[in-house]
Amino acid sequence: MRRSLHPRLSVVELYLWAFRATVILVVIWGTIGTFRAGHYGREHWVEFVVFGLAQGSIYALIALGYTMVYGILKMINFAHGEVFMSGSYTAYYVAAALARSGHLDRHPFISLMAVTAVAMATSTTIAVLLERIAYRPLRRAPRLVPLISAIGASFFLQYAFRGLYGSGFQAYPEVAVLRGTWTILGVGILRTQAVVLVAATAMMGLLYWFVMKTSTGMAMRAVAEDKDAAGLMGMNVDRVIVTTFAIGAAMAGVAGVLYGLVFKQVHFFMGFVPGIKAFTAAVLGGIGNIPGAMLGGIVLGLLESVGPALFLDGLGIVAPYQLKDVIAFTMLVLILIFRPSGILGERLVTKKA
Amino acid sequence: MLPSTAIHERSWRRTASTGLIWGGVAAFVSVAGMVMTFAEREIVAGIVSMGHALLFLTSLAAGYQAARRSAGGALITLGHGALAGMASGAVLAALAVLAHLVNLRPVLINASPELFALLTFGRGAAGAGLLPAVGAALGAASAVAVLLPPAGRRPLFAGLAWILFLGMFQELLQLSLLTGSVGGAIGEWLYSASGLLPRGALTVFAVAAGANLVWARRGAAVRGRLQQWSPGRRRGLRLAAFALITAGLLLVPAAGGPFLSQVMVLVGLFAVLGLGLNIVVGFAGLLDLGYVAFFAIGAYTMGLLTSTGEHGLAQMSFWAAVPIAMVVSMIAGVLLGIPVLKIRGDYLAIATLGFGEIIRLLVLSDFLRPWLGGSQGVLAIPKPAIGGFEFAGPEQLFYLVLASAALVMLVATRLRDSRLGRAWMAVREDEDVAEATGINLVNVKLLAFGLGAFFGGLSGAVFAVMLGSVFPHSFQLLISINVLALIIVGGMGSLPGVVVGSLALVGLPELLREFAEFRFLVYGAALVVMMQWRPEGLWPEPVRKRELRWSTPEEEVEATAPAMEAGERPA
Repeated sequence: MRRSLHPRLSVVELYLWAFRATVILVVIWGTIGTFRAGHYGREHWVEFVVFGLAQGSIYALIALGYTMVYGILKMINFAHGEVFMSGSYTAYYVAAALARSGHLDRHPFISLMAVTAVAMATSTTIAVLLERIAYRPLRRAPRLVPLISAIGASFFLQYAFRGLYGSGFQAYPEVAVLRGTWTILGVGILRTQAVVLVAATAMMGLLYWFVMKTSTGMAMRAVAEDKDAAGLMGMNVDRVIVTTFAIGAAMAGVAGVLYGLVFKQVHFFMGFVPGIKAFTAAVLGGIGNIPGAMLGGIVLGLLESVGPALFLDGLGIVAPYQLKDVIAFTMLVLILIFRPSGILGERLVTKKA
Repeated sequence: MLPSTAIHERSWRRTASTGLIWGGVAAFVSVAGMVMTFAEREIVAGIVSMGHALLFLTSLAAGYQAARRSAGGALITLGHGALAGMASGAVLAALAVLAHLVNLRPVLINASPELFALLTFGRGAAGAGLLPAVGAALGAASAVAVLLPPAGRRPLFAGLAWILFLGMFQELLQLSLLTGSVGGAIGEWLYSASGLLPRGALTVFAVAAGANLVWARRGAAVRGRLQQWSPGRRRGLRLAAFALITAGLLLVPAAGGPFLSQVMVLVGLFAVLGLGLNIVVGFAGLLDLGYVAFFAIGAYTMGLLTSTGEHGLAQMSFWAAVPIAMVVSMIAGVLLGIPVLKIRGDYLAIATLGFGEIIRLLVLSDFLRPWLGGSQGVLAIPKPAIGGFEFAGPEQLFYLVLASAALVMLVATRLRDSRLGRAWMAVREDEDVAEATGINLVNVKLLAFGLGAFFGGLSGAVFAVMLGSVFPHSFQLLISINVLALIIVGGMGSLPGVVVGSLALVGLPELLREFAEFRFLVYGAALVVMMQWRPEGLWPEPVRKRELRWSTPEEEVEATAPAMEAGERPA
């Protein structure tokens, strides 16, 4: 980190310290206030935590795509949220058709597998096209150029899907088996959320195994380490990069279906906010670091779900849930300012050095 | 070495795939609804609509691209053009047949029967067979254009472009310019109620092609004579041109009426926003995606200070509130700038985007509702007045916007050429080197954020009085993207580029109502295409052009190496 000798910087640093202190004070003050008021009982907190975990694991799945692409290309795939949206939105039509024919209720497992397969296939197709059309020609350009291209691609995809599928909200069909709660360890947990948690954990485990144990995964790690050297060793760098995009997109596709199950709504703009949040999660965990993305997703999901009740309610803020995105975005800004390497970032740095 | 037949075969295959890709584009614009929406605007009445033109363009482009690439005699070029065109038509035909067999409507809402009637020339599935033939004819036609010498090609293009232009803007031209006795007579000759008449189209083509031919013959001579003029006379000519443009702009409300004035007001507001963001992004190279926040802060400050409704604080006059709104925005710009000083490149973009969203969500929330009005916003903002003259409608507001845009343009020009401007460019090129040469990064960056926000605040303040009310929904991220897109299309760092960009990206979609729905689709595509084809923009700054082009591999290494290194260091 550079340090200037100029006295003005100390004013800047003072401001940053004040900023940090304010946030910490708000959190502490709010937490104390909330516990004193005691609006929420134990079951509320459990509900918040479980919901936070479910939501966080969805963020984590999306964050994997950001982090893997960043690890290899050092580039923010701004359009990754739209890759997620494309899978979720397209799979909605399959889910709705299966629900109409009754298959979704009769064979929920097979039906959901089919829906997920469609989501993964769509997301992967979009991501591969995206890489081919918008990113590959710019690989040697100055850094701002691919980012602007990615922003353009993001809006193109949003409005392309708006043109194709329309601008309305569509309701994801409910699965009969997943209605109601399961009681695990004496705690009632919504079935959808339990399924989301299990599915997301399984996907993350699968991905970790893939990256660590298979030869393709090894190639991905090698390209992330040093593209040019990997190319000299005879690896097809382009193919590895496409594979990375495809795998990240497949994860986003799964996340799309899980998102549909939890939030029950799809829309052409739905990818934007989860995309930014997943990016936050990736940065939070340490971008370029796969376990970091998983951890960051969970932490962000928890913060967002528990935060409004815990920090804001105690401050006497009306309707704190409206501000849950503010918590996520503040988190994003705070990490970027104070710890851009993220929670697990340090380990990554030492490993690479 | 491959045998020559293999090379031939490969080149034909490549042509076919070019055609298929363009066919895919045509199919996409069809099912995304563009063709049908555009079909409502007839270019030549009863013969060609803009929807047709869009589809034709894909076949023409396929043929053109394939023909340009082909090597060999005229017949081979023609063959390549026709094949590519045919392939593109075949994709559309396949789409039409598919739609005949399966009802696509439940998924693709724009796959309407009308679309397929248009695609199949109203003949059902049998008409689909015509598509490859039409495509081949168009592809071959553009191959002919490739084969023509430039002297023959240019008048042809000019004629067609003018037909397209006059057809697209018919309503506007008929309403405003072609009134009165002479104009009316011209209008009657050219237009029917719905579009150009065939005789009008022919006239336009003849005049435009003729003018182009004459210019091709005489243009060089005229330009040569101008070159020989004394500098004083040339300066006079430039002044005269400037005065003419100013007079033309001042006459816009009188000649164009409320509709055109309203469009120009929006263009002006976005130009002011663009000039402000240009300082941050174009001059100082800080990619700010939360710029809309300052637009919002300017608008809300104006609203709160002047409103006579329940949220009004001071009931000030517009003129007293404008400087306050601008200063408040500037302070916000500095305050939001301080935390992100050390963040570089793409992280900066995301952090500022976060700030922009935080501001919007706070304004929208019930938490701040008692002061900012929540989603209902701040109402009853009076129109500004000076003496007895009230800026009541778009025709009067136009002058206010024009004056602000001119002022901001002047300030931005002076800033660019100042010491500060050079410091910004140095920071843009390389922060570390800039710091090493004695530039105070903190001051320079904060001035960029602050001044950028200052202009954003002005635009917001005028926007507030234009609407007479402020709502949080006016301050979506899309505004930031819109402004960013217009800067990039115009040319990053280029001041005339901002004006060109806002005319093209704000003016055009407002004039072509059908287009407005697909505005962001086209913006997105434009950003992607511009980054590959012309990263320096339509009207580039010379320095920027050198910087963003990466043509030869040798240059490339030199040009990108510092940028890559700067980026990879932890922010």
